[in-house]
Amino acid sequence: MKVAGSGLKKIAGLAGPFVGLILVITIFSLMPEVSDRFLNLANIKSVATQSVIVALCALGMTLIIVSGGIDLSAASNLALSCVLVAYAINLGVPPLLAALVGVAAGGTIGFLNGFLITRLRLVPFIVTLGMMGIARGLAKWVARNQKIDAPLSWLNELMVRTSKPSWLLVSPGIWLMILFSLVMAVLLRKTVFGRHAFAVGSNELTARLCGVRTDRVKVVVYTISGLLCGLAGVMEFSRLTVGDPTVAMGLELDIIAAVVIGGGSLSGGEGSILGTLVGVFIMAFLRNGCTMMGWPNYFQEIIIGAIIIAAVTLDRLRHRQE
Amino acid sequence: MPEKPLLSLTGISKSFGPNQVLDAVDFELEAGEVQAILGENGAGKSTLIKILSGAYKPDRGRMFISGVEYRPSGPLEGRRQGIAVIYQELNLAPHLTVEENIMLGQEESRLGLVDRKKNLERIKKVLEFLCHPEISPDIPVRKLSVGARQVVEIARALASQARILVMDEPTSSLSQEDTRRLFEIIRKLRAEGVGIIYISHFLEEVLEIADRFTVLRDGKVVGRGLIKETSVEELIQLMIGRRISELFPRLPHQPGEVILSCSGIKSNRMSRPVDLDLRRGEILGVAGLVGAGRTEFLRALFGLDRLEQGLVVVSGRRFRPSFTAVSIGCGLGMQSEDRQVEGLAVRMNLADNLTLSRLKPYVRSGFLNGRKQKAAASRWIERINIKARSPEQKVWTLSGGNQQKVALARLLHQEAEVFLLDEPTRGIDVMSKAQIYELMGRLAADSKAVIFVSSYLPELLGVADRIAVFHRGQLVEVRPAASWTEASLMRAAVTGRESDPVLTGERP
Repeated sequence: MKVAGSGLKKIAGLAGPFVGLILVITIFSLMPEVSDRFLNLANIKSVATQSVIVALCALGMTLIIVSGGIDLSAASNLALSCVLVAYAINLGVPPLLAALVGVAAGGTIGFLNGFLITRLRLVPFIVTLGMMGIARGLAKWVARNQKIDAPLSWLNELMVRTSKPSWLLVSPGIWLMILFSLVMAVLLRKTVFGRHAFAVGSNELTARLCGVRTDRVKVVVYTISGLLCGLAGVMEFSRLTVGDPTVAMGLELDIIAAVVIGGGSLSGGEGSILGTLVGVFIMAFLRNGCTMMGWPNYFQEIIIGAIIIAAVTLDRLRHRQE
Repeated sequence: MPEKPLLSLTGISKSFGPNQVLDAVDFELEAGEVQAILGENGAGKSTLIKILSGAYKPDRGRMFISGVEYRPSGPLEGRRQGIAVIYQELNLAPHLTVEENIMLGQEESRLGLVDRKKNLERIKKVLEFLCHPEISPDIPVRKLSVGARQVVEIARALASQARILVMDEPTSSLSQEDTRRLFEIIRKLRAEGVGIIYISHFLEEVLEIADRFTVLRDGKVVGRGLIKETSVEELIQLMIGRRISELFPRLPHQPGEVILSCSGIKSNRMSRPVDLDLRRGEILGVAGLVGAGRTEFLRALFGLDRLEQGLVVVSGRRFRPSFTAVSIGCGLGMQSEDRQVEGLAVRMNLADNLTLSRLKPYVRSGFLNGRKQKAAASRWIERINIKARSPEQKVWTLSGGNQQKVALARLLHQEAEVFLLDEPTRGIDVMSKAQIYELMGRLAADSKAVIFVSSYLPELLGVADRIAVFHRGQLVEVRPAASWTEASLMRAAVTGRESDPVLTGERP
């Protein structure tokens, strides 16, 4: 009885963002101009592929926001990784190693974020704002302020729309997104580290009082998130086939928006992976639908802006009822 | 024919869902009197105040101010009608200056520009009336002491020409000295014809400052009368509805071997190093004024502040407290004086709060077993009588007394050997207090050790075996509780001089 009750409550709690997603999908599939194309498999695959990069970063961002932080450097971090992968391949490094270089670079930036936040006792907003400039600058420096062309390799097949080999059904990028979503969901909900991250975000002083090594938790949180941004950078390179230091400008705000639409609280202690993914897909389907309808770009921006405000308002209302 | 009372409430009722919080409450307040509203947590005091201030609307009943019906549409209307409420957690903007805080929402202005000169004149008058002309209008409120902040809040009420002043637990975070000064202010306001509603758990204070009292229990008025015709015992009996046999239940316990000894402990926030031993089966009380260094001592011992020197030995294990995880591993457990800010993660649920300092039993290779964790929390809820619906209930929805029990249950669950308790009974109801005293006794009987910091001398004398006194950041004296009296404790806390044992307690 009791278990069923709490289960229902959880479903109701997740329903908020889901309602938004279903609404977006329903509206577009009812539009006569696009109804035949919008909900077909090819289009869904393409939306999913387009979501991979934002989703990977948003997974890490969820962890950070749950622990009470914020990362403004996520998109710059991604760009740096993207450029480094291209640079490494140009040097003749095997593709797998080049990808690892990209991921490791992301992890390093994330670690630096965490290290500076805990050592200098600065707020995450400031440290990552600085890091946003530093990482972007480094990316441009490495790339000498232009795109780096690199010879094609299997790395560039990670984000294709028709999967190769065909038994994968969808592109490897989507599989990676699913895999890391599962890993992060388990990490957040089922492990001691996850519980500590929630505790630090909910009340850092209490966490410390209870013997949680809050600084260590934060450094790990930012490092994990950085690694995911690095991976997203590899995916970006895979998609673009070049290392572009100006890629993903402003994407950090989309990433944060996805987490917030999915129920993450910027004051920490709240957020979920499933919610974040729903947030990512709400934005991705909206963009896709608007493009199909031939609506101008500014229209999409206005709608997404309104959705962010509506989502957070709904979230607050739900909390008040509790 | 007497004049119409300043404030009169008739038949006020209020329910939240099925919960009847106030049931036909009548209340009258005269100009120039201090009336205490007493009752346990949950008796309906806060709801009554919120209705009075305009924050809630009553379901039934009417309110009159000087005979004129008062039906506030919201708190702003309440303030306009001359009702000022000073809440337990002060409502000041820490970054704004004293002047800006006092005049907030009532700034003197001309053509939209703030008229500083006029503002300052009003503030100066008010602060002088409150006997605190030394508070500069230009300093930011965050730089003031708690006592001074309260003066600022009262000044704000006065500047808005309040005729009815409601004070909700005004002394709970004040030192004895600040409390005395607050009482002077209250007496002055009373002489000016302000009607004051005074809510406090400190019954001695109520006896000292109030003229009349009204006792609420389960939303009903169960007693009222003149303060000079009542006693602490009678008030407690009215509040809880029956006699409590003993306010400080004592369980027999014997001090055993030394379990904790600290030598030369000094953190960056203490002014002198402290040496102290604690035995198993002992309750050590710590007295002193607010800011005397008691909390800082506990924090240093537990590794919460940066340690400059000193060592701690707990059960034979030596360490320099700097990581709370290590302290917990050695058997120390600390309960913070500030439940809301530090002690509990109030937006997390009860089970998480209770088990956070020892998740180990619910972990296998890094994975947490939530079901086991909740089952364990349920057992503790039952064992120490926490009133909660389920282990998944969010902590902020619990009453103060129950929140405190969660904080204590965490230390029990953690299987601490040495309990560092900082003001464990602050702001909680009489029944919960008695349960916490009993719990401390049980711990001591169980050969655990307790350090018990409190500003309320009767409970220190009633519960502790030895009492240490802090003054201006240093430990002044430690002696058996039996050789202290309230007067001698106070003297040591205020003057910082060791008392002459021969004279102790013999002075009238």
